Amino acid sequence: MTGQLESVLRRGDFALTAETTPPDAGTAAPVVARVACLKGLADAVNVTDGAGARAHMSALAAAAVLAKNGIEPVMQMTLRDRNRLALQADLMGAGALDVRNILCLRGDDVTAGDQPEAKAVFDIDTLTLVRTARAMRDDGLLPAGRKVEPRLRMFIGVADTPLEPKPGWRPDGLLAKLAAGADFVQTQYCFDVGLLRRYLAALADHGVPDNVFLIIGIGPIASARAARWMNDNLFGVSVPAPIVERLEKAADPRAESIRICVELMQEIAEIPGVAGAHLMAPRAEEAIAEAIDASGLLSRRKAA
Amino acid sequence: MYAVRLWSVRNARLLERVYDLFEPALVRLHPLLRRIGYDRLEKPMEVVERSVKGLLFDCQMCGRCALSSTGMSCPMNCPKSLRNGPCGGVRLNGHCEVKPEMKCVWVQAWEGSRRMDEGDKILECQKPVDHSLKGTSAWLRRTRELVEPAAEPVKKAAS
Repeated sequence: MTGQLESVLRRGDFALTAETTPPDAGTAAPVVARVACLKGLADAVNVTDGAGARAHMSALAAAAVLAKNGIEPVMQMTLRDRNRLALQADLMGAGALDVRNILCLRGDDVTAGDQPEAKAVFDIDTLTLVRTARAMRDDGLLPAGRKVEPRLRMFIGVADTPLEPKPGWRPDGLLAKLAAGADFVQTQYCFDVGLLRRYLAALADHGVPDNVFLIIGIGPIASARAARWMNDNLFGVSVPAPIVERLEKAADPRAESIRICVELMQEIAEIPGVAGAHLMAPRAEEAIAEAIDASGLLSRRKAA
Repeated sequence: MYAVRLWSVRNARLLERVYDLFEPALVRLHPLLRRIGYDRLEKPMEVVERSVKGLLFDCQMCGRCALSSTGMSCPMNCPKSLRNGPCGGVRLNGHCEVKPEMKCVWVQAWEGSRRMDEGDKILECQKPVDHSLKGTSAWLRRTRELVEPAAEPVKKAAS
């Protein structure tokens, strides 16, 4: 059976994905508690993998918990903590636990986290992970040549950062990921719709939107302070001044952040070549749920 | 070099005595070292340390030297980087499971430790390797930690 995210995208409906970071917990209950509000709203929920180079509950386990509770997960897989053997093993394990989507990421370096003395693995790169997952699915083969039977069923995602395209720029990195076998792309935050349009036009020049589903990262920004922090610390992220100002002046910054997010979602949904929105908000799954609900984008869908 | 490495284990007691003179000498030099600047000394000292310990022990410059506790046999030459004793794969002839032509680093460590005055330090549990210290001078770090005992281990010198 095809997963919800893949079905929605293939039908041509605007997909809505969210993100959660698994808790530091020894039981499943807190995982469910965090994402329960997204059930029936998000088509899939990304489960981060050691976000910020810190140990949290494993993405595979948390993704399996989501799947079991009727929330489709996108399991994020970073290359920092596992060598190729562990990654291949976890891909098969994810399949066995009804995880149908992965997002292949490099991952923050250990020096960014709270145990910088740890060993960083980075045995393979993102392209190799994508290629490996695709071969396990399409050819039913492990890199060593052994068979995967039944084959892996996985919808394969990669990440990208929308940047101001310079004249003559080619999206070589993204094209390489598509060639390796990416089915969908989830981007870093992009709050600048003008930049997004120019970026998509540049991608369209190279046929990218015709060959992959582009899901644009946005989210409710908790406060003006958070917006400034993102501008200073997140590569490729720029929150336009008018948004920062609105957050600054708002009597209720939370409500305002959701309003801004909804406006962006509606605007982005109209841009040709955009297949969906990926909503991220650290520890604020409720705000994401409210934004999806308020956007009205779900009611515009074709009947499944 | 492998042959020299084996020599070092055979002469663990001699090397222990040399180090027992060397470490206090460095500590006595601390005022001078501090005046020159530990950060500035890091690079030249790293080169010297790498050459000397590289020759004697096939040192991998993990930055946290355990030789005094491991019979002058460097645990970083274990293919599994084990810091607390051998794995279960030691061959009957005392050679390595992964590299059959090589004597097990930990069998060597035990033999070396039996020759040393403070050989029983091999029984103390070593902390996991701090990978952020790789490639830095363990001598300088050890000296500073002896002279200025800090709550935190001395990290990589600021570059």
